[in-house]
Amino acid sequence: MTKVLTGNWGKKDSHLLATYEAGGGYSALKKVMGGLSPAQVIDEVKASGVRGRGGAGFPAGMKWSFVPQNTGKPIYLCINADESEPGTCKDRQILEFDPHMLIEGAIICAYAIRAKIAFFYIRGEFDLPYRRMVKAVEEAFAAGYLGKNILGSGFDLDFLIHKGAGAYICGEETGLISSVEGGRGEPKVKPPFPAVKGAFGCPTIINNVETLATVPWIINNGGAAYKQFGTEKSPGTKLISVSGRVKRPGNYEVPLGYPLQKLLLEDCGGMQDGYELKAIIPGGSSVPVMPAEKALTVNLDYESVAAAGSLLGSGGMIIIDHTQKMPELLEILAHFYSHESCGQCTPCREGTGWAHRVLKKICHGEGTKADLDLLLSIAGQMSGATICFLADSLVMPIRSFLTHFRAEFEALIKAEVPA
Amino acid sequence: MTTKVDQSSGLAAAAEARIDDLQRRYPTKAATLLHVLWEIQWQDGWISEDRMRYAAKRCGVPISKVLGVVSFYTMYRTKPVGRHHVQVCRNICCHIMGAAPLIEHIKAKIGVGEHEVSADGKWSFEEVECMAGCAWAPMMAINEAYHENLTPEKADRILGELV
Ligand SMILES: Cc1cc2nc3c(=O)[nH]c(=O)nc-3n(C[C@H](O)[C@H](O)[C@H](O)COP(=O)(O)O)c2cc1C
Ligand code: SF4
Ligand code: FES
Ligand code: FES
Repeated sequence: MTKVLTGNWGKKDSHLLATYEAGGGYSALKKVMGGLSPAQVIDEVKASGVRGRGGAGFPAGMKWSFVPQNTGKPIYLCINADESEPGTCKDRQILEFDPHMLIEGAIICAYAIRAKIAFFYIRGEFDLPYRRMVKAVEEAFAAGYLGKNILGSGFDLDFLIHKGAGAYICGEETGLISSVEGGRGEPKVKPPFPAVKGAFGCPTIINNVETLATVPWIINNGGAAYKQFGTEKSPGTKLISVSGRVKRPGNYEVPLGYPLQKLLLEDCGGMQDGYELKAIIPGGSSVPVMPAEKALTVNLDYESVAAAGSLLGSGGMIIIDHTQKMPELLEILAHFYSHESCGQCTPCREGTGWAHRVLKKICHGEGTKADLDLLLSIAGQMSGATICFLADSLVMPIRSFLTHFRAEFEALIKAEVPA
Repeated sequence: MTTKVDQSSGLAAAAEARIDDLQRRYPTKAATLLHVLWEIQWQDGWISEDRMRYAAKRCGVPISKVLGVVSFYTMYRTKPVGRHHVQVCRNICCHIMGAAPLIEHIKAKIGVGEHEVSADGKWSFEEVECMAGCAWAPMMAINEAYHENLTPEKADRILGELV
């Protein structure tokens, strides 16, 4: 299988510039600086059809083309390495094993949108990925890939590592911008979209680590070659993080459209002995849960997973085995979203906390039948009523858990009703 | 980590130099506030009120802004923690892989509960949300370092090696 993203992962010292260059690294940047115009770069990335890998799946080339070039203001690139969506642990390994691939992709993107600073936003908890990036950025400056007059092209780019300090909401693109500006990571109302008015009031593109790391391959091999992988509407390859009681959890690079069943049974070796598959959350904790039978029929592309009632999201695939209690898992998610709500919107701040309290009560055997309807009604009041998607990120689990596993919630209630 | 320093004045020269460099490169001085707070915490282990006033001055922002930022982010500490700050993930993937009993086991082993510091200052403990170690669950971080694929025995060994 062709590896767009993980080709260097097994190599010794894969994170060092020398290893990356020995494998052809920075040849895409040389090609760009040697004579491609920003418009040609954007066209190639558009032709590849690569979609944002941070969760929303928006086509990257199209997003870059939205940046207005006539405002007279500086343009910024933000690289999203906040990776905090439960179940997702892929960007981290790109940073650990191949930081230069990301840096090269980011420089090419910055050139295409004519950005003057790239802000690399990394979650505060990351240690090894942080140290690897600090070192790689130093190497890239020393080699003339970053800084003034890159490879003699006249293009300048500064690269600033912005270390977060523990807040899931800073992964949301406008929350990230607030944090880069030195403030609380509070999301901002859209429109205006960041491409027009983002960081410091200037046009800003935000892309996920995995999205940008595909760019060198696309420039080297062409957008058409990238389109050979995956499906018509979901081109290319995607990293899937598999967690839970499978024999071989970890990150897998698969062509989009790869059968989930094949990934689970062949690549991951199936379930651990003594554990049966009960359900799967396919795209990070925010997306709807799918019962086992349904999950095993889907292919891992945006359309197929959506047709089956869930979302491919970030590709964080959480395997739930038969020993798990669904109300308990939902309570954990409600705790998470209520903890991470930034508090700006009343429906989110109050709704996530209320849902968590109701779920805690149910899990402790003190719930009533009306509480299940109450949960759905809280979800209804939260959905679509807020600045960012964090509130909906709890609505989707609440609705799907109750749709597919309602009996488990009811059992907790019935068991505790006094005779 | 709680060495007494004069907190009203500047940080160590190397830290001040890093801040100067960033303030030249960022579009605004205010945007370097998170960096300045990290430099403080790296040096002192936590962020005192004096230090917050210093950060406000250094970034040209009001103290209320600094207080707002420090309280927003979970990793900034307004109190000292133990020499070994143990953070165990409680979220869904770690839970599936046995985080709940592991958390009880670790708390009992080091003898401190949630947000507590041991009397000798050696340990502190905190349950945390997902740290992107999901495929290698359950996991914990001690200070900065990640420890993954934990079992109670493996956790005992790691904790036992710390002095
Ligand atoms: C609550 C919330 C959290 C998010 N967290 C992340 C994250 O950790 N990493 C990420 O790349 N995108 C995250 N996103 C998506 C970003 O808002 C944005 O769509 C993405 O970074 C754009 O990059 P892409 O087009 O390359 O995917 C999050 C979105 C929401 C609503
Ligand atoms: S939806 Fe929630 S997290 Fe998002 S801006 Fe509103 S309160 Fe903050
Ligand atoms: S706070 Fe959620 S179970 Fe204790
Ligand atoms: S759920 Fe524990 S690291 Fe992700």
